Amino acid sequence: MKVLIVGGGRTLYFLCCNFTAKGYEVVIINRNRDECVQLARQLSATVVCGDGSDAGILKDAGAMGADAVLAVTPNDQDNLVICQLASLQFGVARVIALANDPDNAEVFEKLGVSAFSTTRIVGSLIEQRASMEQITNLLPVGEGRVNVTEIVLDAQSPVAGKILKDIDLPENALIAVVIRGDQPIIPRGDNDLLAGDRVVLITLPENHGPVLKAFTGEER
Amino acid sequence: MKNNLFIVVVGCGRVGARLANRLSREGHSVVVIDADEATFNDLSPDFSGFRVDGDATEIAVLKEAKVNEADVLIATTHEDNVNLMVAQVARKIFGVARVLARVFDPKREEVYARLGIETICPTSVAVEMFLRAISDEVSPQGEIQP
Repeated sequence: MKVLIVGGGRTLYFLCCNFTAKGYEVVIINRNRDECVQLARQLSATVVCGDGSDAGILKDAGAMGADAVLAVTPNDQDNLVICQLASLQFGVARVIALANDPDNAEVFEKLGVSAFSTTRIVGSLIEQRASMEQITNLLPVGEGRVNVTEIVLDAQSPVAGKILKDIDLPENALIAVVIRGDQPIIPRGDNDLLAGDRVVLITLPENHGPVLKAFTGEER
Repeated sequence: MKNNLFIVVVGCGRVGARLANRLSREGHSVVVIDADEATFNDLSPDFSGFRVDGDATEIAVLKEAKVNEADVLIATTHEDNVNLMVAQVARKIFGVARVLARVFDPKREEVYARLGIETICPTSVAVEMFLRAISDEVSPQGEIQP
């Protein structure tokens, strides 16, 4: 796997460490010469100094054969153009842009570029940790036609202590993963559920309410 | 060109300010957007349009400028990528009928032509003008012939 990352800072550094540890071939494009020298010393990655939204620089960095291009500069307009050039001119299959302004995440998606917003991800993680609510909506899949939800089972849950095949689950619902302590379990019919388990559910919006009720016992 | 169009000009530099002045004088409704408020000083005293102080790559700023109601948007900032992003957002998200972007890098211009974004490349224009000026001066006398 060959990954091209455009940007700088600690995010890029740790991303790169992560990728090279997995054995990916990583090429970094950074505009700042001093930072390039630093990065080249610290990382086992190829470092190209230049403007990543310049087609010539992308070509030098080997965009043609890259499996993925990641644009994580502090400027949204640059991230968009980098990704569009990579996909349109160099045929890179997977291009992902950082949206510094969270509103731009949707803008980029509408313009055909996959995007993520760190602000939004961190925000939702904090909410998830801070909230006393048992239920967390993890993500909508397929334009919101599928929900992925995490529920923490408490002792009052009607399903705590039951074996999966004995649970009367409404239609179109699936228990995808049970996380017990640090251990994720892909459950089968003879697995049980315990209080304290974190259950990841896949549901369709029409029966989302009844499924949650089956797990928490409360009307929602 | 229709006599009263709603035109948004992004960037109030030398080009943006002159363009906004001319369009305003011709009777169009003009909104100018620039992140640096000081640039609005370059607008002429008879400029009758609106000024929006903000970064046009933020969708909230474009909304404030009422880009959704605009007939034309012209992106003239000194940054190619800003112009290209704003032009695409105006076209694809706000549905502005006519969108033009200034792009200095001819390589980038080619790619965006494919995306249906109308671009004007000052670099290519200047090269053309120079070449034409030279050939106009030279060929009548027949001094340089291939």
